Amino acid sequence: MTAHALIVAMILFVLGLAGLLARRNIVYMLLSIEIMLNAASLAFIAAGSRWAAPDGQVMFFFILAFAAAEASVALAILLQLSDRFRTVDADAVSEMRH
Amino acid sequence: MLHLVPFIPALPFGGFLLLTLLGGRLSRRELTWIGVGSVGGSALLTALIAIPFLHGLPEAPSYSGRLWTWIDTAGLTAGMGWHLDALSLLMTLVITGVGFLIHLYSTEYMADDEGYRRFFAYMNLFVGSMLTLVLADNLLLLYLGWEGVGLCSYLLIGFWYRDPANGAAAQKAFIVTRTGDTALAVGLLLLFMELHTLSIQQAQTLAAGAWPIGSGIATAVAALLLAGAVGKSAQVPLQVWLPDAMAGPTPVSALIHAATMVTAGVYLIARLHGLFVLAPAVMGAVAIIGTVTLLLAGFSALVQRDIKRVLAYSTISQIGYMFLALGVGAWSAALFHFLTHACFKALLFLAAGAVILAVHHEQDIFRMGGLRRHSPVVFWTFLAGAAALSGLPLVTAGFYSKDWILWSVWSSPQGGRWLWAGGVLGAFLTALYSFRLVFRVFFGPRRAEPAWTPGRATRIPLVVLAALSLTVGLFEIPSTLGPVPLFSMYLSHALPLLHEPAAEDESSHEAAQQTVVTMASLAGVAVAAWMFLGRRRALETVASHPIAGAFARLWFDGWGFDRLYARLFVWPWHAVTREGTDGFDLLYDRLAGAVRSAHYWLTVTQTGQVRWYAASVALGALLMLVLAL
Repeated sequence: MTAHALIVAMILFVLGLAGLLARRNIVYMLLSIEIMLNAASLAFIAAGSRWAAPDGQVMFFFILAFAAAEASVALAILLQLSDRFRTVDADAVSEMRH
Repeated sequence: MLHLVPFIPALPFGGFLLLTLLGGRLSRRELTWIGVGSVGGSALLTALIAIPFLHGLPEAPSYSGRLWTWIDTAGLTAGMGWHLDALSLLMTLVITGVGFLIHLYSTEYMADDEGYRRFFAYMNLFVGSMLTLVLADNLLLLYLGWEGVGLCSYLLIGFWYRDPANGAAAQKAFIVTRTGDTALAVGLLLLFMELHTLSIQQAQTLAAGAWPIGSGIATAVAALLLAGAVGKSAQVPLQVWLPDAMAGPTPVSALIHAATMVTAGVYLIARLHGLFVLAPAVMGAVAIIGTVTLLLAGFSALVQRDIKRVLAYSTISQIGYMFLALGVGAWSAALFHFLTHACFKALLFLAAGAVILAVHHEQDIFRMGGLRRHSPVVFWTFLAGAAALSGLPLVTAGFYSKDWILWSVWSSPQGGRWLWAGGVLGAFLTALYSFRLVFRVFFGPRRAEPAWTPGRATRIPLVVLAALSLTVGLFEIPSTLGPVPLFSMYLSHALPLLHEPAAEDESSHEAAQQTVVTMASLAGVAVAAWMFLGRRRALETVASHPIAGAFARLWFDGWGFDRLYARLFVWPWHAVTREGTDGFDLLYDRLAGAVRSAHYWLTVTQTGQVRWYAASVALGALLMLVLAL
């Protein structure tokens, strides 16, 4: 049971990571990050039910709150990006490295 | 009155501050009043203080006081304290008196210079530092003054800084004297480590009790102090800076490089005589250094072409006499020669300055001549100075001081016949080069048309100093001529008298000795007249001889010390520090290069593409996991 849940979590995480690395559209990159976060949450809940401890669910709420905060910051960046550069392509703003 | 002593150095320091901070807003007249007035006030104050001091002499030979504590840390206490005794009062009188006359002279000499304010600011700072040096009651404060005068010397040698040669001369003076100063600092530290005090009086008392005569520590301390004195007073082997120091304005040469600063070494040895008597070997070295210096510089002075360089070598030579006297323990004789030398050498420099101005800033004596009639004041005062420098008998101050030194060398147990013979040869050379100057500059055909005649501010110092050069010797007349031991009695309150009063049978020796010295001086004048007056055939015969020519070149270069030091120190230093070959430079260049290339490789990874960063984070996390498993 736990093993199945962990395998699903791993698949979700790798999907998310692959999406993050492959997509250039910043909206999809955000979606990919959300998927990775949910994969991590799923792993915590699976572990919590395996040892019958509440910690896993506590960690899920923690990640939920964290994801909300992350989404608000990331959406703000996204808005600025599309506003100033008229694009949602993350690579198009690579000159910001300096 | 005696509690006003701190104001003596404070006045010139105040003048320096006023000139520096407010100087831009002051008119030329106000600048003059501040610059000259501060030193004049200081001289007046010194004279006022001298009166009660002399009245209280036999009972109260010294006054000390402290303004505030300067440094007070574990074991080391040094205060802004002064110690006034016969020795420091003598120095103070000379510094402020001669200093005032030279400042007065400068108002005319420097009148057209754009650096008028800067000049007087530096000069005031110098006088203040020099007074700090001689009035200090502890060695740390003395060292502060010592470095202060060194700084002012540097600033004033390079006063006309637009000419790089002047800057080079200033650096040379600074670096060479700094060699001696370093030794002096080490000596002071050693003294402090051994005796746990830097008070001048206390240190000598403690040393006399703790160190046996001739012990290693006493010799080491005295030798280090001597090295400092040798650097400051331009003695062999650190004499090379003084002839080049003539790059500064002439009043600077008169005040700093003739009358006061260069005699700081003499003062240091006399002040710490309690330490030097514990080290007989060092005393012997002082006497030998003095004799060697006075001869080397005397020969060099014979062949110089630049009027100021002649006087510079002459200064080195005369300080050699003072060192010779110190070395045989004749402290008072050395200080007496300091007094007379300050008068006549300042006079000679000031008169030389007037000559230089008169012939359009020409300093080559081969292009002067026949100036006797143009300005009689300059001629007669220069003649008085040259006569005093040569030690012409009876009428000049130089005669009494030089005679006293040579008689001390003859009769002192530490003296010797060789030292004495060197001194007598030096007296002959002194007369020869002095009158060579007189005959070259003031006699013979006129080679340049004089343009400038000295005004009042030039004439007054010249006449006063000439009068002093002729009369100051009367304070101390040897027993053979009816004893007047005023000066030795006065200084005996600060410095021990080495000799017992001459016994009856010695007085014939003394008279014979005096005759020899006098003959040497007169012979010098006679030879100078024979060679440089009239048709000068004798001179041409001598000069055309190849050996004489070789010696003349050697002497002209100051015995090749400059070349020797260039090979020993300057070239190796340049070779080590030249760009590209310096080992340390290479090391740091490589280090900088490594950092730069590492930085380059790191910037390559900074693509600005967020996905790359995410990939590297993922890779990093994976790596950590692998490592953890």
